[in-house]
Amino acid sequence: MFKKLAITAVTALALSGGAAIAAGGEGHVEDFDFSFEGPFGTFDQMQLQRGLQVYTEICSACHGLKFVPLRTLHDEGGPGLPEDQVRAYAAQLEAFDPEIDDYRPLTPNDHFPESALENAPDLSLMAKARAGFHGPYGLGINQLVKGMGGAEYIASILHGYTGEEKVEAGTTLYENKAFPGGWIAMAPPLLGDDVEFADGHSTEIEHVAQDVAAFLTWTAEPKLNSRKQVGFTAVFFLSVLSVLLYLTNKRIWAPVKARAKGQKPE
Amino acid sequence: MSGIPHDHYEPKTGAEKWLYKRLPIAGLLYDTLMIPTPKNLNWMWIWGIVLTFCLVMQIATGVVLVMHYTPHVDLAFSSVEHIMRNVNGGYMLRYLHANGASLFFVAVYLHIFRGLFYGSYKAPREITWIIGMLIFVLMMGTAFMGYVLPWGQMSFWGATVITGLFGAIPFIGEPIQTLLLGGPAVGNPTLNRFLSLHYLLPFVIVGLVAVHIWAFHTTGNNNPTGVEVRRTSKADAEKDTLPFFPYFVMKDLFALAVIMVVFFAIVGFMPNFLGHPDNYIEANALATPAHIVPEWYFLPFYAILRAFDGDVWVVIAASWITGGIVDAKFFGVLAMFGAIVVMALAPWLDTSSVRSGRFRPMFKWWFFLLLVDFVVLTWVGAMPAEGIYPYIALIASAYWFGYFLIILPLLGVIEKPLAQPATIEDDFNAHYGKGSAGASAPAAE
Repeated sequence: MFKKLAITAVTALALSGGAAIAAGGEGHVEDFDFSFEGPFGTFDQMQLQRGLQVYTEICSACHGLKFVPLRTLHDEGGPGLPEDQVRAYAAQLEAFDPEIDDYRPLTPNDHFPESALENAPDLSLMAKARAGFHGPYGLGINQLVKGMGGAEYIASILHGYTGEEKVEAGTTLYENKAFPGGWIAMAPPLLGDDVEFADGHSTEIEHVAQDVAAFLTWTAEPKLNSRKQVGFTAVFFLSVLSVLLYLTNKRIWAPVKARAKGQKPE
Repeated sequence: MSGIPHDHYEPKTGAEKWLYKRLPIAGLLYDTLMIPTPKNLNWMWIWGIVLTFCLVMQIATGVVLVMHYTPHVDLAFSSVEHIMRNVNGGYMLRYLHANGASLFFVAVYLHIFRGLFYGSYKAPREITWIIGMLIFVLMMGTAFMGYVLPWGQMSFWGATVITGLFGAIPFIGEPIQTLLLGGPAVGNPTLNRFLSLHYLLPFVIVGLVAVHIWAFHTTGNNNPTGVEVRRTSKADAEKDTLPFFPYFVMKDLFALAVIMVVFFAIVGFMPNFLGHPDNYIEANALATPAHIVPEWYFLPFYAILRAFDGDVWVVIAASWITGGIVDAKFFGVLAMFGAIVVMALAPWLDTSSVRSGRFRPMFKWWFFLLLVDFVVLTWVGAMPAEGIYPYIALIASAYWFGYFLIILPLLGVIEKPLAQPATIEDDFNAHYGKGSAGASAPAAE
């Protein structure tokens, strides 16, 4: 009976995890392979640096990363820029400082600037604020296999444009296969060969989109590498502890069970 | 402690005697830890320890989290990001706390359904059951208010929807809602009082847990057979029981360690699976999310809340009889709280003289249906209230009430229970004895 109960409970949990499913036009999100997927996946430093470049040269024209401190670009597990480069990167940015009532160049202790365009959402947490996968039937169970799909959602949006556009209430909307509802207000940001990578990596839309999606996953979850490390250590030691406790428990109960063996009632 | 006869604490050394005369605390601890426990308890009796652990873990992580958190509508969201990015180990604390709430509810639901199947609520354990239900309600309140603190979109809109429920109560509803919110709408006063209560209620729960444990230490544990421990003499009692320490402490710790392996795998590898992506968007009073969905552990009761809309005949009838005082919205609120009340009344609704579901052939099937019902309610609670879903929710809600109000009272009258073992010792020996015939026994392994 209670095996059944356990199964139903686990199912209930799985059913409702990451629930919230939109009715109507769910966008098509492609399942890309990212280096940070799975229990052992970690960020690819080179990819994060390429993504930072894409963000800086393209996304940051409209979008911001207001929750991300610039100094974290130097952090281990992130893009890992040397400190002087972080300082140089910060210095070429500028933001309004209410204390001096003027604009000033940024330092590594500042955060990335906020969105320059009012309607452009801040991207700091975008990779966690969207789930790419909801299936099957809106149950969200496939997230157990594919991951939440935030990075996939971003990459799919960036190369999901069909080229169609329409004007609605004075706003131009662009058709996008990945966007829920099918029409997005953001003009296609990537056209192919938009950036030039120092490491000679491909600049096709699909690859550039994945690089920036990886970077935005880092901005949303900068401690991903160390979190998985902690998870792995905890799971390993708790497994060892479980085995030891299993053996202890078995040993403690052995005489009780042996006694029961000798006294089977009629 | 009265109840099952067993050895009590005897102070031996001079220091122990000195302390014992002034404060018999060692005796209290000894009697609590050495309580005679039925030796046939199965693995469903581990959830109490898991729940105690959850409570301690939530308080420990919560106390540290609140040191870095700022309860202000302009700063709450970024202070949570500060915890995630700048506080040493902060991301781990927050993920432990958020997923700890889920583990807490997994354990409490299994604990409750264990009680419902083995008749743990029946005399003489009604007080334990009622206290448990109070703890459950407080847990829901605490979890709900905790979910508002990060001040994401679901926090804000969840708070708006749930506090709106209180507004549905006739006459006194609106003052109550205003008192809860500290104003006309969810805002800074709401956030402040929710933090205050979110910090207070866990300690109320600690107090109730102590009473919960005290109550069942007085009556003794139930067990999978539902047969009482023999209390005729200490020798008889010892045949049916073993001291809690070390036998059940070790068993529970082993179970806890296994559960922790799974828990840390979720926290380490997929900490956001049980959460809602929208809560990583800062609260915005001008943008309503497409679907406002509570956390998974509220879904069964959320489904019952939404199931009774204005088209259901009982709602129409209730509205007509009360002259419109009970409208559809208030009926839904009554149904949601009623779903917990009928569960709390189970000791008096269940008329069967047999305690354990193991010896109740008809009950087993209705109980299994109740489990399915619970899963269906959880699922349908996450679905949008359109198409076929409201009908499913209505049928599932009706079964929930039908189980407690009709099936439990009737079964006691019409059901012919199976033969029960004479003693716990017999059950234990039948399971572990030679050529164990234990047909129906998934007892202690």
